[in-house]
Amino acid sequence: MSDQQPKHTPLHAEHLRAKGRMVPFAGYELPVQYAGLVEEHRAVRSAAGVFDVSHMGELELDGPGAAAVVNELITNDAAKLVNGQALYTCACNERGTILDDLIVYRRSAGAWLVVCNASNREKIAGHFAAAAKGRCNFADVSDATALIALQGPRALAIAGAVGGPDLSGLKSFHFAKATLAGVAVTASRTGYTGEDGLEIFCANADAPQLWRALLDAGAVPAGLGARDTLRLEARLSLYGNDIDETTNPLEAGLAWVVKLDKADFVGKRALVEIKEQGLARRLVGFEVTGRGIARHGYPLQDASGAVIGTCTSGSPGPTVGKNIGLGYVPSALSAIGSPFVVDCRGRPAEAVVVKTPFYKRAI
Amino acid sequence: MPTNVKSDRRYTKDHEWAMASDGAVQVGITAYAVEQLGDITLVNLDVKEGDLVAEGKAFGTIESVKTLSDLFAPVSGKVTKINKDLESKPELVNDDCYGAWMIAIEAPASSIDGLLDAKAYEDLVASLDH
Repeated sequence: MSDQQPKHTPLHAEHLRAKGRMVPFAGYELPVQYAGLVEEHRAVRSAAGVFDVSHMGELELDGPGAAAVVNELITNDAAKLVNGQALYTCACNERGTILDDLIVYRRSAGAWLVVCNASNREKIAGHFAAAAKGRCNFADVSDATALIALQGPRALAIAGAVGGPDLSGLKSFHFAKATLAGVAVTASRTGYTGEDGLEIFCANADAPQLWRALLDAGAVPAGLGARDTLRLEARLSLYGNDIDETTNPLEAGLAWVVKLDKADFVGKRALVEIKEQGLARRLVGFEVTGRGIARHGYPLQDASGAVIGTCTSGSPGPTVGKNIGLGYVPSALSAIGSPFVVDCRGRPAEAVVVKTPFYKRAI
Repeated sequence: MPTNVKSDRRYTKDHEWAMASDGAVQVGITAYAVEQLGDITLVNLDVKEGDLVAEGKAFGTIESVKTLSDLFAPVSGKVTKINKDLESKPELVNDDCYGAWMIAIEAPASSIDGLLDAKAYEDLVASLDH
């Protein structure tokens, strides 16, 4: 993939029109920002922003065996879902470390959609296709599917303003077919910003029409930069930063999506063992109280300068008004209030473990 | 894209400006650098008044929400002044990057003759923005 030219999403021309600064990301060329990261971040917190997340992978599993195949590959329990409901989960390997984090959608008992990270698409498509073989149909429909995230307190009002139905009755992590701006979509009450909002699936060819209508109705185009600061404030994991194949969901603070009491799934045995042994380290949220901005990869040190862990994500949090981050530290040093030092390229900056999420919206 | 380059100073390939006056060279970053960085949140200077800096060597870092960038000395010499305002108000660089100098280096006006002039720098930026 790295040797190839970056791919374009169906909204590429729209990004150029909106003066997006395009950068390579997960094999695609995507806007890191348009007018400005902080401006876009604030628009999502206070009104509504719109993100092109068409690079995400969409995998379909159909047939009577699909439910069992899906549930065997994920740590959360899809058996409790009803039609039109989705859940957040990890998919682990046999070692109990994380192959990807996913949203799994139950369309019906025999029709499932799995949305994975773009950077993991080939790996996860291969993983699901192998499990599906001889048991249900599998299709990777990523290249035919656009995905637009409409996020913020005004998201539902904007969906209504472009001719959509009243979606206020659509519960969190539920989805429904709808028509928005004359386009047939599946609207899901999910997101990656810590705000209310929708993630909207549609056909590639229809995406520009929907995108323009959302902008005309007042949604602000927002790029990868704002997406990252928004998700960090909400303490949503970023695959490749906070979680990967060297981390397990228990230490990553994702025990809530690991159902060890459900029937066997890939990684279950390892995760049971990890839980019994106790966690050596934990992913914690921290605030830099000294002068510095923590960044991915910076060492975390104790007062004597010994390295105790690594920062996995960090940046200024535009809404919380502090320099925040996530990082793995030994369990014994993970309690709220525990102090440590971030080595910001040779400059030590004091930090303290704080409660997360850093930002939680008022309901 | 408007490049916003001033003709009263010289430039480096690292998107810094250098302006000579009264036996010193003031150093800052260009509008292009500011645009690339975005909202600037931290200016860290690794030098204090009296320290020596060497041409091409980093003397600090500048950070935005998204990223960080080293600051390189465009000329060698002794640091005569640092702009302490930037410690508490890094956003001054966003507001007026050609006014928000970071350090001043004791060096003759001729020391910046080898740097890019406004036209050459404009051409450089234009070539990056194709």
